[in-house]
Amino acid sequence: MQTFFSIGVDALAYGMILFVISIGLSVTMGLMRVVNLAHGAFAMIGGYIASYAARDLGLAYGVAVILAVAGTIIIAVPLERFLYRRIYGAPELTQVLMTIGITFCVIGIANYVFGPTLKTIPLPSELQGPVDIGFRTIAAHKLFAISCGIGVAFALWYLIERTSFGVKLRASVDNTAMAAALGVRTKIVYAASFALAVGLAAFGGVIGAELLPVEPYYALRYMVTFLVVVSVGGAGSIPGALIACLLLGAIDTTGRYLVPEYGEFFFYLAVIAIVWVFPRGLMGRAK
Amino acid sequence: MKKLILAAAAFLMTASAYADVIKVGVIGPFSGPFAIQGKNFKAGIDAYLATHGNKVGENTIEILYRDVPQPDPAQSKALAQELVVKEGVQYLTGFYFTPDAMAVTPLLEQGNVPMVIMNAATSAIVTKSPLVVRTSFTTWQTSAPMAKTARERGVEKAITVVSDYGPGVDAENAFKTTFEKEGGTVVESIRMPLSTNDFSPIMQRVRDSGAQAVFAFLPSGPTTLGFVKAYNENGLKQAGIQFLAPGDLTQESDLPAIGDAGVGILTTFHYSIAHDSPENKAFVAAAQKAIGNPAELSFPSVSAYDGMFVITKMIEATGGKQDAQKAVDAVKDLAWESPRGPVSIDPETRHITQNIYLREVAKGDDGGYYNKEIKTFEKQPDPGLAAAK
Repeated sequence: MQTFFSIGVDALAYGMILFVISIGLSVTMGLMRVVNLAHGAFAMIGGYIASYAARDLGLAYGVAVILAVAGTIIIAVPLERFLYRRIYGAPELTQVLMTIGITFCVIGIANYVFGPTLKTIPLPSELQGPVDIGFRTIAAHKLFAISCGIGVAFALWYLIERTSFGVKLRASVDNTAMAAALGVRTKIVYAASFALAVGLAAFGGVIGAELLPVEPYYALRYMVTFLVVVSVGGAGSIPGALIACLLLGAIDTTGRYLVPEYGEFFFYLAVIAIVWVFPRGLMGRAK
Repeated sequence: MKKLILAAAAFLMTASAYADVIKVGVIGPFSGPFAIQGKNFKAGIDAYLATHGNKVGENTIEILYRDVPQPDPAQSKALAQELVVKEGVQYLTGFYFTPDAMAVTPLLEQGNVPMVIMNAATSAIVTKSPLVVRTSFTTWQTSAPMAKTARERGVEKAITVVSDYGPGVDAENAFKTTFEKEGGTVVESIRMPLSTNDFSPIMQRVRDSGAQAVFAFLPSGPTTLGFVKAYNENGLKQAGIQFLAPGDLTQESDLPAIGDAGVGILTTFHYSIAHDSPENKAFVAAAQKAIGNPAELSFPSVSAYDGMFVITKMIEATGGKQDAQKAVDAVKDLAWESPRGPVSIDPETRHITQNIYLREVAKGDDGGYYNKEIKTFEKQPDPGLAAAK
């Protein structure tokens, strides 16, 4: 029973970190219909900015997180204006080629500017070290990640389902021309949602840096996992992504504990089974 | 007329000078996720050339670099072929990954070219061709002394946790064989997939196994950092479970990222940048200058430096003529003082015999972290070949 709980806590933490990083991708792919393979690159940029701010400039962790999110958005907005805007509605292959190109450029630049070594983001003392939660100890930063995941999930759900911005976004996505005719400034809505997705990527990159350390190949190394989460959850669905992350986190963590020799066998077996039964993902919308 | 003679003389001089340029081909990862290791090859080679010059007698050494970013035997072979046939290199060296080195061994005899391995650490490579010499280490060589250390420190029961790939399995076998020979028990051997990101479940299993020590091997880089952190955060350190590993896990370029979490980890390895000898101080100064950022300097640099030493000895012995067998024979039994300590080439295996050091990660006076050598296992050969028989 104790083993069950301790695996459960690990699974929850891992799932939540995946969720915070992947949900931005779910927004771009599901709502904006852009296959953004550069999503991992934006998460990595966030990690680098936070590392630079906290480690080299000695700023507080909270400030570093805000700078990372803001900085990544500032970098991403011109990219949206000059590159992404051309590929809205373009065939998927065009989108894949362009965004993977951006990824390689970001990897090259990160390697040149920061070097190939790992970069850490120093945690404040409250988030360091193990915390005793009764039946076992768990890293404090994992508890922090879990609460961030819950916070992001709720805030995003509220934004998209309950605010006027959410209404405009959904309208623009479903029928851009009609939304524009009704006075929605679709270009601004798109730019804002792109900034939101990128900001979430950066936030996740910083929060998850303890599990997925920041280095130049981050941008590609974890991209498959992020894409898997989105396709299993159903692109564009927040509850879907949340369920997918928790489910996949649980399967992955349990598999690793019980039969590490099998590697990611159970993880991908589950992915195949889910996508087979739900081709659009758990909570994906029909086109 | 006078002009003509001068021109002819000039032509002859350049012609003879050209004949005396000895090309050395280096194959390694110079871009991509392992670029830092290739950078260390280059730093070691540059440090050697900077301190010893690029002349051997009348001959001038010219280095040609070829990039194989990730383990890719086919590309490695194609590049080696190109170097030998088109560029006319007399020596092939570098080789970070075992498969890349293995793929090139069939070319050596035909091309009349010796191979000096600067990293690839699987024991069996030297058996693939009599023209292979290795100046790095093998995973067996660096892991076996750790098993002895564990027994000396009173560890009865240990658990091994390795990444599920060639070197990981090598490390597991090396530790297990030696540890059991010394009278200990390995209660469990876990092999994890290379792509593992979250090590908490593994740590939970280590805890549940009741072992007094965990022996680990992972490729250096992001996974190592996660593993060491998980070890601390899951309370294994407080529970008194000793962390043992070969030195790949605490390579100097990863130490700043691991930070305080790494202090106290015991590793066995052939080289620490903090090794205390005048040879090493001179080497580190030259290599740090060559690599640019001192924090990036790590163990492949010393194998590259010694590899260049071996190649210059080969050039000396053959007088610059291409004769692979003679070159290799000349360095059998060669002994010298390397920055890592006294070393020699074993005439049977053509692998380097060297001291293996027990080290502890410690915090220096300047706030940086380093591998502090606390014990020496002298003149260790490679036990891996004997075990394979």
